[in-house]
Amino acid sequence: MAGWNFPEDLKYAKTDEWFRVEGDIVTIGISDYAQDQLSDVVFVELPEVGRQLDAGEAFGVVESVKSTSDLYTAVAGEVVEVNSALEDKPELVNESPYGEGWFIKIKASDLSALESLMDSTAYAEYCNGRE
Amino acid sequence: MPQPDVPTTDIPSELLRDELPLPEVSEIEVVRHFTRLSQLNNAIDTHFYPLGSCTMKYNPKINEAMARLDGFANIHPLQATDTVQGALALMYRLQEWLREIAGFAATSLQPAAGAQGEFAGILMIRKYHIEQGDEKRTKILVPNSAHGTNPATTTMAGLEVIEIGAGPDGEVDLAVLKAVCDEHRDTIAGMMMTIPSTLGVFEDDLLEIIETVHSVGGLMYMDGANMNALLGIAKPGEMGIDVMHYNLHKTFSTPHGGGGPGSGPVCCSEKLAPYLPGPIVTIVEPASDEHEAPLYGWQMPEKSIGRLKAFHGNFGMHVRAYAYILAYGNQLDQVARHAVLNANYLRVQLHDTYNSPYDRLCGHEFVVEGRWKDVPDVHALDISKRLIDYGIHPPTNYFPLIVPEALLIEPTETETKATLDHFVSVMKKIAEEARTNPQLLHEAPHHAPVKRVDEVRAARQLVLCCQPLPAESTSDGVSASSEPEVVA
Repeated sequence: MAGWNFPEDLKYAKTDEWFRVEGDIVTIGISDYAQDQLSDVVFVELPEVGRQLDAGEAFGVVESVKSTSDLYTAVAGEVVEVNSALEDKPELVNESPYGEGWFIKIKASDLSALESLMDSTAYAEYCNGRE
Repeated sequence: MPQPDVPTTDIPSELLRDELPLPEVSEIEVVRHFTRLSQLNNAIDTHFYPLGSCTMKYNPKINEAMARLDGFANIHPLQATDTVQGALALMYRLQEWLREIAGFAATSLQPAAGAQGEFAGILMIRKYHIEQGDEKRTKILVPNSAHGTNPATTTMAGLEVIEIGAGPDGEVDLAVLKAVCDEHRDTIAGMMMTIPSTLGVFEDDLLEIIETVHSVGGLMYMDGANMNALLGIAKPGEMGIDVMHYNLHKTFSTPHGGGGPGSGPVCCSEKLAPYLPGPIVTIVEPASDEHEAPLYGWQMPEKSIGRLKAFHGNFGMHVRAYAYILAYGNQLDQVARHAVLNANYLRVQLHDTYNSPYDRLCGHEFVVEGRWKDVPDVHALDISKRLIDYGIHPPTNYFPLIVPEALLIEPTETETKATLDHFVSVMKKIAEEARTNPQLLHEAPHHAPVKRVDEVRAARQLVLCCQPLPAESTSDGVSASSEPEVVA
């Protein structure tokens, strides 16, 4: 198993989402570990642009041949963009979890919640601990 | 029959046809076609079927004979009650037996299956709180080892799920539960628990869990899908459970899956009895003496959540379950004893070969991991598919979700030691093949009429069309290749 890639410039949640911060815009996806555990992703349900999300709120669903999981945001804010390419090509989540397989972009109202998330080293340890 | 309450008309002429394009085949062709299809089946009557959480026990043929009796099979739910007293007597006794077996005050046979039983139970809890003027109780606690239907039921009932994590022993973490109950004490409607859990674990702290939920005003719902481990041994009603459902198609040997339909009677305490879905069967006029039968009739419970199902539930299943209980008489506990013994036998036989995250005395089922560190490419799915080659139906896989690559194994009480030993030897052989020839597993099944199906493609390229597809979409092969390949 192992051999997952966890980019150092991202923050990671226990529920396996990653967060990329650019100004007050936060991009959210799921980690290499998560896509590996899910196996082939067959469907992704995303929120509408404009929706207000609370920290810790479920914003969507990712479905694989094995299971269906909720997607959570660690930061509150407004959804400003969703990756509509996933509608036709959910496999992008497996092929490029940190690139073309991103889920949503949020205009964060408060970035402080990100401080409690894991960095790539802590997250790698967390994933190995679950093996 | 009552008069129709809508006007009757002739079929409009534009809808009448002169020609019907019926297939022209001879009787022997039809017989061969369907006989061959029936032989492709993997069923409890032909194969060992250790499908965890589903309790695929043998369905005794006497049940079928009883359900086909003229007086049960050829009656109509709209018949006058004085002409179907036998059927009502059967339903009344079944209501009584089911409530007594689980230690409750009342039963409704209405729900059509387990999930509808859950739905009934949660609506009853909700209505009870509303009647108490406690409308803000909208949260249901659900352990993360629960059946997926539990959170779905909660959502369908318009309530909110709070997930409770499992501790390292696979049980509900009591400290977490207490903290959640403290935080939400005024808004908790209740808790849903499967007992034993889907890990096959009977919670040591069960009574304390129930007490904790009751202490903040919540009610306890029990998912009775796993009653096969408790039958005749323990009564949930006496443990403090307020309402639960049975699955007659699991515990009481009525057909399950494609052969259904299901039946999910709901039982409850005195407090919740007025809220049961109805109508239920009641004694309208007691018997005048011991040689006479009472007069049975229908009654809607006083504060009922209402009807859940047309007419009176899946009556044919009531007959089968009644026959099953009658056949065991006062030895129903033997069902649970043998089911639990068989599961533990398999668990111990397999625990050196398959990693068991919760390796302890189990109920009627147990979970192992379908993966090994030294062969990371082999998955639970490969093991499952390879089992088909050996003539064994795969266990439930990838559930419960909290165990990676889970294989949930439930042998049931109806299997011999020889069958269990055969299963063990096949499971060990597959573990060996995983090391010596993993390709054999990846490409399995080799000896089944349908080979490995492409689940990813089936889920991504949905063909939800009853009409013939237009020419342009058939040209890419979607409709042709989405059919499973069948080799005679």
